[in-house]
Amino acid sequence: MSESLIALTVISTIVGIGAFLGFYAGARYRMDLEQWTVAGRGFGMILVWVLMAGEVYTTFTFLGASGRAYSWGGPVLYILAYQPLMYVVSFYILPQMWEAGKRYRLQTQADFFRVRYGSKYLEAFAALVGVIFLIPYVQLQLTGLGLIAEVASFGGIHRTPAMVIAFVIVAGFVFTSGVRGAAWVSVLKDLLLLFAAIFVGIAIPRHYFGGVGPMFTALIHARPNHLIMPGATKAFGHSWFISTVLMTVLAFFMWPQYIGACFSSKDANTLRHNAVIMPLYSITMPLVFIVGFTALLVLPNLPDGDLALLSIVRKTFPAWFLGVIGGAGALTAMVPAAVQILTAATLFIKNFCRPILAPSMTDAQVARLAKAAVLGITALALTSAIYSSTSLVGLLLIGYTGVAQFFPGVVLGLYSKRVTTAGVFAGLVTGVAIVAILGLTKRDPFHGLNAGFIGLCVNFAVTGVVSLCTRSETSRFADLVNEPVGN
Amino acid sequence: MKRPSLGSILFGLIPFAAICFPVALWDRIDPRVLGLPFNFFWLILWLLLTPVCMWGAYRQEVPRNSNARRDSEDLAP
Repeated sequence: MSESLIALTVISTIVGIGAFLGFYAGARYRMDLEQWTVAGRGFGMILVWVLMAGEVYTTFTFLGASGRAYSWGGPVLYILAYQPLMYVVSFYILPQMWEAGKRYRLQTQADFFRVRYGSKYLEAFAALVGVIFLIPYVQLQLTGLGLIAEVASFGGIHRTPAMVIAFVIVAGFVFTSGVRGAAWVSVLKDLLLLFAAIFVGIAIPRHYFGGVGPMFTALIHARPNHLIMPGATKAFGHSWFISTVLMTVLAFFMWPQYIGACFSSKDANTLRHNAVIMPLYSITMPLVFIVGFTALLVLPNLPDGDLALLSIVRKTFPAWFLGVIGGAGALTAMVPAAVQILTAATLFIKNFCRPILAPSMTDAQVARLAKAAVLGITALALTSAIYSSTSLVGLLLIGYTGVAQFFPGVVLGLYSKRVTTAGVFAGLVTGVAIVAILGLTKRDPFHGLNAGFIGLCVNFAVTGVVSLCTRSETSRFADLVNEPVGN
Repeated sequence: MKRPSLGSILFGLIPFAAICFPVALWDRIDPRVLGLPFNFFWLILWLLLTPVCMWGAYRQEVPRNSNARRDSEDLAP
């Protein structure tokens, strides 16, 4: 049996078990819209943890983080900084968001905008912005999967058929099991990823240098400036670090799919508790960086930093182990992609098409059409993954800078009585326009500052000024103040 | 919507004060700790200390938000 066949067999087996779990998870439930999108709001602490971790640690964290440690050096530390801080921010937003969600039966982020601000145009615009910025994220998962298949087969399998097969499976279990399927596949994925990261993070530097400490000593001798900012990059210094970390921690839980994960929780304190312990999960990230740094010393001339982790695993371990890492990586792409596709499909049908085109549509019809939209969105992401070649990192960064613009509308919507619909609408449009212009003309970072951070500052200012210039409105959330939510 | 208490917000600001703003102070290689460059070590340390701070915030928030539900004090899933 050839090495590539062994690796691919192991990967297929892991993906097969994952797919089975995904289909099985939904088999016992009748999939109405509430069940499909937020699992009937019934997830306890462990499933919420697993679902959030499953969505947060995407193939980009896995391949991308080691790749950036390899090609950027020091600036990669922003990942280690934003991960604990984003959970700190979530502590002050998600429980309140959950209570609003429970009271008004919200299923998506755009539902929040409709109910809080009473405008179907704001709802439709927020949904459209969400869908547009989700598609490059799905595309990124696909490309990660393609890389895994290519490396694990020693170049024998082209990435296109691998992406098509994997995404037929993903679309399939999203279609039948909704968010429940994603959560259960996450259980398998998280266990494998944890094991994989700890094992390779310790074993690889030990194999080549005798340990993590000697590896760092060798790296400091070979490339004295690699480990401090700006490392191997030109523009990523300390002001970039601070603005990027702030932008990312504020943007993170504005991704529409994480709001959905928040609604699937069974109570608000589950989310608080999760925010306390989630930073511990990031302990795998330094190990992934260490693999990237070791790869830089052992394989210094890779064409693409994203290949660093898989290439050094392939060089160091037998084929079956490459298969285990590849399988974990494949699930790491499939779970977030599943939730991203589900969220984009629901947003598009429920919050864009329904209010604008067919206000009389029932929830049952929305559920049916959203399932059809799953296929459409998967096909769209697949097409762009196959035909567009470069700058996926750029697309993801545009995505982050884009969703960051939801922050003023969400946070002021939760806590401010004075903010108005016109203010939020104007701020959101301005912020999205700024990041789109800076991103598309490749001027991010702009004078050393992250473009999303600039957009967010202007967005806040516009939201504030326009709100103060328009007549104040009564918040529909006012009745939630100081009143416990009945269960 | 009920706002988080000032005490819990202060707990949450501690990790920001340690990680985000003083980057120029900790972004250095020496002193090495446990073989790690100092910047690496500092951030790993705060992966462990952030939950401690947020546990403090949790103690502030949970009693205010569980008047009807004693069982949410119970950390079991």
